[in-house]
Amino acid sequence: MLKRVHFPASPLPYLLVAPQVLITLVFFIWPASQALWQSFLIEDAFGLSTEFVWFENFEALFHDSQYLASFWRTLVFSGAVAFLSMSFALALAAFADHVGRGAGTYRTLLIWPYAVAPVLAGALWLFMFNPTLGILPYLLEMVGYEWNHHLNGTQAMLLVILAAAWKQVAYNFLFYLAAMQSIPRSVIEAAAIDGAGPVRRFFSIVFPLISPTTFFLLVINAVYAFFDTFGIIHAVTQGGPANATTTLVYKVFNDGFVGLDLGGSAAQSVILMALVIALTAVQFRFVEKRVEY
Amino acid sequence: MIENRPWLNLFAHLALILGVAIVALPIWITFVAASHEAARMMQAPIPMLPGGHFWENLRATLFGEGLSGAETAPVWRMLLNSLVMALGIAAGKIAISIISAFAIVYFKFPFRMAFFWMIFITLMLPVEVRILPTYEVVSDLGLLNSYWGLTVPLIASATATFMFRQVFLTIPDEMLESARIDGAGPLRFFWDILLPLSRTNIAALFVILFIYGWNQYLWPLLITTDRDMSTVMISIKQMLEAAEQSPQWNIIMMTALLAMLPPVAVVIAMQKLFVKGLTETDK
Repeated sequence: MLKRVHFPASPLPYLLVAPQVLITLVFFIWPASQALWQSFLIEDAFGLSTEFVWFENFEALFHDSQYLASFWRTLVFSGAVAFLSMSFALALAAFADHVGRGAGTYRTLLIWPYAVAPVLAGALWLFMFNPTLGILPYLLEMVGYEWNHHLNGTQAMLLVILAAAWKQVAYNFLFYLAAMQSIPRSVIEAAAIDGAGPVRRFFSIVFPLISPTTFFLLVINAVYAFFDTFGIIHAVTQGGPANATTTLVYKVFNDGFVGLDLGGSAAQSVILMALVIALTAVQFRFVEKRVEY
Repeated sequence: MIENRPWLNLFAHLALILGVAIVALPIWITFVAASHEAARMMQAPIPMLPGGHFWENLRATLFGEGLSGAETAPVWRMLLNSLVMALGIAAGKIAISIISAFAIVYFKFPFRMAFFWMIFITLMLPVEVRILPTYEVVSDLGLLNSYWGLTVPLIASATATFMFRQVFLTIPDEMLESARIDGAGPLRFFWDILLPLSRTNIAALFVILFIYGWNQYLWPLLITTDRDMSTVMISIKQMLEAAEQSPQWNIIMMTALLAMLPPVAVVIAMQKLFVKGLTETDK
């Protein structure tokens, strides 16, 4: 942590950490403690007086069927995004690894969606699925399926899942390909000599060997789906129709910033903080050590 | 290559080409939509091949009054705001992180670990979980609708600090010893030895942070109400809202194209640095 050889004590190190610490205090720790404090308060309808109510806001949340529903919805959404983008990326990475020499070209062609902002990914998919103009509803209509995500909650959910997963394929592909390329060739060759074909080799050797990467990506994708997809939902569905796409982060924003329910929104923030802390702990505890063979 | 299976190779290439096509499809449709007239983009089915109005749409988007009914500033103005924000965030994060990592690795001083943990905590407090109180702080400081408000609250960075700490720990102690024998003080050592040695790390981090800053959405949404301070990501959302009344998909998709161009160009042009940055900051 500290260098064996270091500089003697002086005021200099304080000056060096000051900017970062100051910003952390003012924009991170103070607001977070404010959220914590407000989560114990209830403000009356006119904002004139506040009352300290201990855990009432939290109790109200856990009895609120809307909140519980958005909790489950967020889990389903995250699970679907992670599964879809990881399995698609895994398949492509396996093929790219097999191809060998051309893998670099395919990598260039596949990684750029990482740089597309979530809100833009949302706009692109929204346009493709536009019920009157979009190309995909037009094709779906030919096979007799009617698409209208303004009315159909399941379709709206599917749309935000697709947009969120599309953007994340690049990231997953990059890490899967790197993991596959770092498997020693001798292991694969030994299996080939024993008569294992490419499919058998993938399932019996490659996939188990890259399981640390799968676990790492699972955590990263969960964090992404929980927190970074706000732009997609805000731009594409505004949480609708009838809350069908209201995830936890969207609900905090909507209840606090639009609905101005300070105590309730603060309590939701605190629950989200606990979730981030748990996810970070998982990441540091298990991912850092990695699954070893 | 372990064994020669021509059919499997062919199949792998076909599958990859199909995968690339699926990934690229949204961009192709965006590009096509940006190259047609507004009238053509209002009749289904929309075209799948580019039209001849690309440059005309580009000019109308960049310098026109935005979309009718959307109340947005001209797009060049918002691209400029996004650029200032992205560069400010990237440069700010790197600057304050590298000096705090320097202090934590190379100095022994009281509360050293307390500061380290304080920086670590920021990792667990993304904007999304403290929306309202952070907004209040920024508004109390009078930073709404300003470049300071867009950048400063986002520049604390645990990941960047950790990365520089990691880099400094791999630099041999002999460097510092010989620098001190030659009479260099801490700042001289930082400027002439540490900074040049971390140049590629700084570049890799810059690529990642530029993309991060450029793509910010929730933060500018909260703190900009003045249309001249709005970023291009916010304008896309406003245009999509306006599109429900008067769709001008050629202009919207051109704006989307312009908004994704800088970060995508950075990823493709600096692929090596991008991959390095991505794999290093996530560890």
